[in-house]
Amino acid sequence: MADKQEILSGLAEIVEEVAGVAQDDVSLEKSFVDDLDIDSLSMVEIAVQAEDKFGVKIPDDELANLKTVGDAVDYVSANAK
Amino acid sequence: MSPVLRQKQGPAATRILGVGSYQPDRVVTNDDLSTIMDTNDQWIRERVGIVERRFAEKDELLVDMAVKAGNAALADAGLQPGEVDTVIVPNCTMPSPIPNAAGQVADRIGVKAAGAFDLNAACAGFCYGLGVASDLIRAGSAGKVLVIGAEKLTDVVDPVDRANAIIFADGAGAAVVGPSDEPGIGPVSWGSAGDLVDTIYMRDHKYIFQEGQSVFRWATTQIAPIALKAVELAGLEPSDIDVLIPHQANLRIVDAIAKRLKTKGAREDLVVADDIRFSGNTSSASIPMALDHMRKAGTVKSGDVVLMVGFGAGLSYAGQVVICP
Repeated sequence: MADKQEILSGLAEIVEEVAGVAQDDVSLEKSFVDDLDIDSLSMVEIAVQAEDKFGVKIPDDELANLKTVGDAVDYVSANAK
Repeated sequence: MSPVLRQKQGPAATRILGVGSYQPDRVVTNDDLSTIMDTNDQWIRERVGIVERRFAEKDELLVDMAVKAGNAALADAGLQPGEVDTVIVPNCTMPSPIPNAAGQVADRIGVKAAGAFDLNAACAGFCYGLGVASDLIRAGSAGKVLVIGAEKLTDVVDPVDRANAIIFADGAGAAVVGPSDEPGIGPVSWGSAGDLVDTIYMRDHKYIFQEGQSVFRWATTQIAPIALKAVELAGLEPSDIDVLIPHQANLRIVDAIAKRLKTKGAREDLVVADDIRFSGNTSSASIPMALDHMRKAGTVKSGDVVLMVGFGAGLSYAGQVVICP
């Protein structure tokens, strides 16, 4: 199981690929919507790629609770097999 | 002893003989919409990829648009109405269930005493209709079939709903299907996801609403496999496909499906329909309209191998490979 630093860098790669945000900008305290300007459809794309990459399920109702990058890292860490 | 029934057999192969479409004259830009709801051109272009779309006038009906598209397809095929015997009108926006569109559309076009029925598979309607048309001919139930996807979506969208009013538009697209020496329409790959029925629905029987994220997730992950199945059923490889025409639901969905197909062997030079940019989402009209526009623009050529896949409310989906006429 990946540690949180690995999860963060994996997530940063996905965010860059989906939304064009530089990986260095994807830090734990950043809000996806307010700080990184990522819309709700891109969040779905990020969730789908994260599901593949980390072996977790991120249904839409859980996705709604992942406001910051840190929230997403914590979720993956808690749910990855 | 019981009498023995006869069952018919028609020609072994079918193809699309002609394609046509119709769009209302009235162009509605993103700036126009921003004057009546909280939206703007940049947001719409990024979110759905639409630059402008067409809205029918109040007195311009679904059947009017269907007749025009049907006539255009017949002209393209070089056929007289009397040479067609069956009319199928996939749609989900007739103002009432009774009467259907197909009977009156057939009559107005001049297809006499046509076999005529509507087909409601929402945005998968055209591909469903094309599959049915091909099978009718090959079974000997029809000689030549006119399939007309036609929608007046502005009737069922809240005009100031910033999520949906920016997306849906009006128009019709048609194809004439007939016998062929060589197969020109592959077997249809279709199905449904009724467990997700609540993700695209109407409130108070009046206006369409969508669970945007759920529909996006489904369309961007589940539709590419359906399209690949259609390729396999046609006896082809993904690299054989020249043109991809997904239902024009949202440009980001179209791009996601194309991207997935390329990871499975579709070529980098795959031509991908982006007709939504100037037509909006016209449900069952979107695929034939895109094909007609692309042929006229020269981006799709006669003989090109075209993969079409429709998907939408129900949730329903259908796709097939066709050879461009």
